[in-house]
Amino acid sequence: MAGYFISLLGTERVLHCAHGQDVLNAAIKAGLDWLPIGCRGGGCGVCRVMVHSGSYETGRMSRRHVSSTDAAIGFALACRLYPAGDLVIEFAPAQRSPA
Amino acid sequence: MAIEGVMRSGHVQIRVLDLAAAIHHYTEYYGLILTASDDRRAYLKGWDEFDHHSLVLREADEPGMDHVAFKVRGENDLDRIEGELRERLIAVTQIPAGEQLGVGRRIAFTVPTGHRIELYATCEQVGNGLPLRNPDVWPDGLKGMKASRFEHVLLYGPGVEATVALLSSVLGFVVAEDVVTEDGARIGAFLTAASKSHDIAFIEAPEARFHHLAYWLESWDDIRQAADIIRKKNIAIDIGPTRHGISRGLTIYFFDPSGNRNEVFSGSYQHYPDRPTITWDAAELGKAIFYYEGRLNEAFLSVTT
Repeated sequence: MAGYFISLLGTERVLHCAHGQDVLNAAIKAGLDWLPIGCRGGGCGVCRVMVHSGSYETGRMSRRHVSSTDAAIGFALACRLYPAGDLVIEFAPAQRSPA
Repeated sequence: MAIEGVMRSGHVQIRVLDLAAAIHHYTEYYGLILTASDDRRAYLKGWDEFDHHSLVLREADEPGMDHVAFKVRGENDLDRIEGELRERLIAVTQIPAGEQLGVGRRIAFTVPTGHRIELYATCEQVGNGLPLRNPDVWPDGLKGMKASRFEHVLLYGPGVEATVALLSSVLGFVVAEDVVTEDGARIGAFLTAASKSHDIAFIEAPEARFHHLAYWLESWDDIRQAADIIRKKNIAIDIGPTRHGISRGLTIYFFDPSGNRNEVFSGSYQHYPDRPTITWDAAELGKAIFYYEGRLNEAFLSVTT
């Protein structure tokens, strides 16, 4: 199956993501617990990551959690992150949590 | 019936990232009926509601809630409440009739938690799909979870105690149930306008956020059906089917395509003005929120829009 390898920066952790699948969904399907699972709709910001390398596309994401500037420098929400090649990602939670 | 002033939670306006996807979710899956839409907003209602709408969707860059509105008995209630808010030096905005399709004039103010609350008296009625004379018990053509009426919203924000004080003194809301810390500080409050277990609820948190909106389903079996639909349609589930200790509500939490949390809610109880307040210790929050599980899940405190 066509797909890409998504590595977590500084760790041995790798997951396989199919073309057209978002990275969070790939992690959930693989039963991995190292990506935080939130709303899965681009709205809550819980799965925020920084993409250090690799090409990708993103779906619509809440601008509160990934501003245009953030997006331009590589921040994304994993649930809206569609790889176009192998990626190296890092967790990038927002500064404050709601509760 | 002797309800004066605020009758019930009337509508909630939420922001969505993709209006078409949201309309699909709320009609095909949640089972609401789309009454009207323009290029900016969509207006939807539960099947058993007579008013034009109880949910308004607005496409925007970030999801969350714009405001929640309560319906009052008459236009003079709006004047009276506006006066009482101004006496307390609370800024009130007047919104002209028709700003939302089918709704008369509204007044708006912000509560200490940071949320915008609105009030209105007049709303066009479009009916519940059944005749007013000798009706059957449900209309044809209901879809999905068949959400029947708007129940409540739960909001997170700083200043629950002050917000409760304001809403109870000015809007006549009653605290049906609350959550207190060991020092007696109230960190959660479930307020009722009339006879529901709650029309609006607040939980103490550092920033104003939207936790969920809830619609009523008729029975535990309808909740079961909703759970089937969630799996069948690959809807992002949060937790459930389960039950709350607070309100005794039967429930499922799940997310719309923009990440706004939805609830289907049933069971619960009738509230009357002489029902005592039920209090939960913060240490029992697990049982209070998820009665069967007995503990919170990660998402309850961390996933909001």
